[in-house]
Amino acid sequence: MPSIMQPPGEIELEAKELSVYYGSSHAVKGVSIGIPDRKVVAFIGPSGCGKSTLLRCFNRMNDLIPGARIEGQALFQGDDLYAPGVDAVEVRRRIGMVFQKPNPFPKSIYDNVAFGPRINGYRGKMDELVERSLRHAALWEEVKDRLDSSALALSGGQQQRLCIARALAVEPEVLLMDEPASALDPIATQKIEDLIYELKQNYTVVIVTHNMQQAARVSDYTAFLYMGDLIEYGPTQQLFTNPREEQTEAYITGRFG
Amino acid sequence: MNRPQQGGLAGGTGLFNTRQQTRKRMGSAFAVLCFLATAVGIVFLAVLLIDIVRDGAGRLSSAFLSGMPSRFPARAGIKPALVGSLWTLGITALVSFPLGVGTAIWLEEYAPNNRFTRLIQTNIANLAGVPSIVYGILGLAVFVRLFAFGECVLAGALTLALLILPVIIISSQEAIRAVPNSIRLGAYALGATRWETIRDQVLPLALPGVLTGTILALSRAVGEAAPLIMIGALAFVPFVPKTPLDEFTVIPIQIFDWINRPQAGFHEVAAAASIVLLIALLTLNGTAILLRNRFSRKR
Repeated sequence: MPSIMQPPGEIELEAKELSVYYGSSHAVKGVSIGIPDRKVVAFIGPSGCGKSTLLRCFNRMNDLIPGARIEGQALFQGDDLYAPGVDAVEVRRRIGMVFQKPNPFPKSIYDNVAFGPRINGYRGKMDELVERSLRHAALWEEVKDRLDSSALALSGGQQQRLCIARALAVEPEVLLMDEPASALDPIATQKIEDLIYELKQNYTVVIVTHNMQQAARVSDYTAFLYMGDLIEYGPTQQLFTNPREEQTEAYITGRFG
Repeated sequence: MNRPQQGGLAGGTGLFNTRQQTRKRMGSAFAVLCFLATAVGIVFLAVLLIDIVRDGAGRLSSAFLSGMPSRFPARAGIKPALVGSLWTLGITALVSFPLGVGTAIWLEEYAPNNRFTRLIQTNIANLAGVPSIVYGILGLAVFVRLFAFGECVLAGALTLALLILPVIIISSQEAIRAVPNSIRLGAYALGATRWETIRDQVLPLALPGVLTGTILALSRAVGEAAPLIMIGALAFVPFVPKTPLDEFTVIPIQIFDWINRPQAGFHEVAAAASIVLLIALLTLNGTAILLRNRFSRKR
């Protein structure tokens, strides 16, 4: 019996017996997991274990993959994300996402941040929102004098923080991060990690990572997935120092994966 | 260069024959071949240009541009053909651009990947290879006869629009496909709808490529004579078309007509008309490049 923690406090996101199929392959196998409000939860596991797929269920990005099929439930604040009548577009505004490779739009820094608020009908002062979002993403000081220059001129780490600022600008409640630092150098990685620590004041953060040190540094709770199954889920400290499952121990001590 | 191998696998196995000289020579030879391929095209183009400029430059004048055709080479002008070509080009562009780009967007962004879509795709590719005279027959049957437009600018322009539609569709599809999927996902993740993603992210990025393809296709349309002869564009038009329903001619047909005449004087007139056509094409392509650069620089 896998040891899955029932996390304390309010549950923001929850999967109940959630399965995802890509055509005939079974990528996530009946996973049940609760993600507490304003905490950082890390999904770890070897490549192909289903951690990114599970993450994408929570903002319905799997909808965009032809042949993807979902069984079971994914809940956000108790409501089924896949219930009929739920609009994926609105789900994605409230549950933001940052991708593995920085993907700024080939537009100005300002327009990158302002795009989401514009399409979502933001009625406040745009300049203030852009500044606030860039400050939250710890990028403002570096770009405040060149908001009109192309986002593509930024370094990789800056681009990724811009993508985070862009996600924050639509005022989501949850931030999903799919290996957000795996394409970055150690210094840029550290900035992202510091930022994640800041973000949990206001947001629930779910981060998929290959890097176990990173999971240990930034997360409150860690889930270990293997071949589509959730093997172990618990407080990060405990999972890394005193894993209950043999497979977890094998993975975190580097015996496979 | 020819340093003895050291270190590595216990001093190296000595089994490598790196043939540095040969490999470098092959590289240089390839570059020379590519240069020669380029040179062939440039030389022929230059010969063609020199030839028509030598024959026709003397006949270029404002009187030639504003004159009507005539039985006498010295008095023949190109105005009706020039205006006819501009009319045709304008209507062809207005019809083919929205239809072509719309089709490309649907095929790339909306159409499900099923047998029906693939069938359409294959047929568009095939249509791009159909001889232009066949489009002329179609235009004659549909626009001139069935819709009863008559042998007018509109019928000609619609025929040319059909002719270049496959090329516009295919090049626009290429441009849309070249937009990285990460850009689409980024927009969706911010709560953009599909339409907003296409309008604000995909199309602006694809636009330079779309414009390039469209302009190349339009250049081809401007140079076409065969399908327009088929639908009944006239060879001798002593009036300027004022509406799309007027009878007309275009520069390539005018050139064809002049070249077929026995008098040597008309050959000079034909060369002069070719120069006008070339300048028109050059202007068209130049505009396209300017437009494209402006859109590209905005990023």
